[in-house]
Amino acid sequence: MNRVGKGLTLAVLWLLLLTMPYWMAAVGGYTELATRVLVLGLAAMSLNFLLGFTGVLSFGHAAYFGLGAYGAGLTLKYLAPSTPLAILVGVAVGTLAAMVIGALIVKLRGIYFAMVTIAFGQVFYFIAFRWSSVTGGDDGLTGWHRLPLNIGFTQIDILGHDKAYYYLVLLIFAVATGVMALLLRSPFGRTLLAIRENERRARFLGIPIERHIWIAFVVSCFFASLAGTLYALLSNFTDPRALHWTLSGNFVIMAVLGGMRSFWGPLVGAAIFVVLQDYVSSQTQNWMFFIGVFFMLVVLFFPRGVLGLIRGKRA
Amino acid sequence: MTEVVLFNAFNGLIVGAFYALMALGLSLIINLTSVINFAHGGFLALGAYIAYMLIPHIGFWGALLVAPVLTALLGLVVERVLIRHCYGRDPLYSLLLTFGLAYVFEDSTRYIWGAQSLPFQVPKWLMTPLSTDFFFLTGYRLFMVLLVAVAVIGLFLVLNRTRLGMRIRAGTLDLEMVSVLGVNVRILRNLNFGLGIYLAGLAGVLAAGLLGLQPTIGDSLIMPSFVAIIIGGIGSLTGTLLGGLLIGVVSGLTTVFVPSASEAIIYVMMALVLLVRPRGLLGQEGMKL
Repeated sequence: MNRVGKGLTLAVLWLLLLTMPYWMAAVGGYTELATRVLVLGLAAMSLNFLLGFTGVLSFGHAAYFGLGAYGAGLTLKYLAPSTPLAILVGVAVGTLAAMVIGALIVKLRGIYFAMVTIAFGQVFYFIAFRWSSVTGGDDGLTGWHRLPLNIGFTQIDILGHDKAYYYLVLLIFAVATGVMALLLRSPFGRTLLAIRENERRARFLGIPIERHIWIAFVVSCFFASLAGTLYALLSNFTDPRALHWTLSGNFVIMAVLGGMRSFWGPLVGAAIFVVLQDYVSSQTQNWMFFIGVFFMLVVLFFPRGVLGLIRGKRA
Repeated sequence: MTEVVLFNAFNGLIVGAFYALMALGLSLIINLTSVINFAHGGFLALGAYIAYMLIPHIGFWGALLVAPVLTALLGLVVERVLIRHCYGRDPLYSLLLTFGLAYVFEDSTRYIWGAQSLPFQVPKWLMTPLSTDFFFLTGYRLFMVLLVAVAVIGLFLVLNRTRLGMRIRAGTLDLEMVSVLGVNVRILRNLNFGLGIYLAGLAGVLAAGLLGLQPTIGDSLIMPSFVAIIIGGIGSLTGTLLGGLLIGVVSGLTTVFVPSASEAIIYVMMALVLLVRPRGLLGQEGMKL
């Protein structure tokens, strides 16, 4: 795609995102659903930083997403009534966990890596599930809510106005994706691509593979936990399902559905997934069946994702 | 105290035997085809429900014989229709395909048989306690351990003594070479998958007798089975068996001392094993998938 075309696509994308709360209702959605698209889109994009650009499959990203969610919720419930602090704590908790676990598993590859990431995610799931005096157990963490933002001269009511919260999330989303894009363009990002394309050759070139994969994993989990905090603040609630491996699977399918070799693909995948799930679950109790069939169809017929398909036709 | 510890250790051994039975099936499939079968728990549930349907007609023993075979036949079909599209591709795709399949299985069983727990009749004489002096033990529990032992010995005999088993083992080491030597790899993968699913079905029938029947019966077993495989080392079936029994006993003993940690402990154990031995207890060096 040429430069102008790329710029135009980006402009359209951001225009769509900026106006989403206003046209969402016209296509049968609502503002909260729009926010969910952004949040899960960020989570899927963070996963794709690792999957699509480093070539490492984590099947346990819900762990960091959920740690972010619990970090934010517990901060608001027990620590201090501040939304920014909640986000900071949530991200810090998720990132710290990723640093430790990443160091443990960085030598593993492929299926092995995927299996171990799932298994570690389960540790956090069971902690949240069993430690009910603090986390509320299976019923989830309730009794708190996000608070209006204080920015010196004025207050922004992100609690009462869901559109205001949408725009806060959009702002954070924009900064996060900007940072991700910059990282991928940097020499570090190019090195990740080199590792994805041919790990052995990259190793011969003297690239410290393990360290790069570790950093990529931590960066990826940083953004996943950021998405998790925003998700908890969106519904003023979180429960162990935010940590469960089935959610990790959903992130992966979003990335694959949208196109894992493309930067914006996972956002497109998340949008399709979120809207579809919302629609199917309002129509039938057996939404799991249809989502499952949908998964299989994607794998069998759209392995390169929606954006991959569009690109393939153009090329 | 001794009684409690012994009881929980034995209970853990039973649970571990389940993990092992399920993990062996998963392991067989992973070793030959690099497919992580997320739907394994779904197949397990299906085996249990098929047995539930059969029991009124052919009794528990008949169901125990027939239900796993029917489940395996279904596995053969699923492999032919769906799984085979994933061979030779990024393992990601098989992961997602079977993940979707697991959703479909769970919802289908819920739709057909209902979400509530169903009673599952095992013969009365198996349910009478064998011993209440030393510690409480029903015949069913003892029988389960014995049956798992028989199944495992049978599996190892099949793999070591039959032509099919030897081909599977050879294929695990080098599938391409096996294919060049004139073995029909298509059929080999198919039968291997069926064998794995047979074990899942068998585990399902046994588990239903212990836990009762519900659509999520396989869910609580699938993650520990992965852990068993990782701890034992990918590529080694003996390792998988060992890993399964080990995490069962450890989590059983944890129940005595720190009940709330009994589920998480196996993951902690996995982390420790990986720290010391990244390839698992009995995994071969350089085995990368």
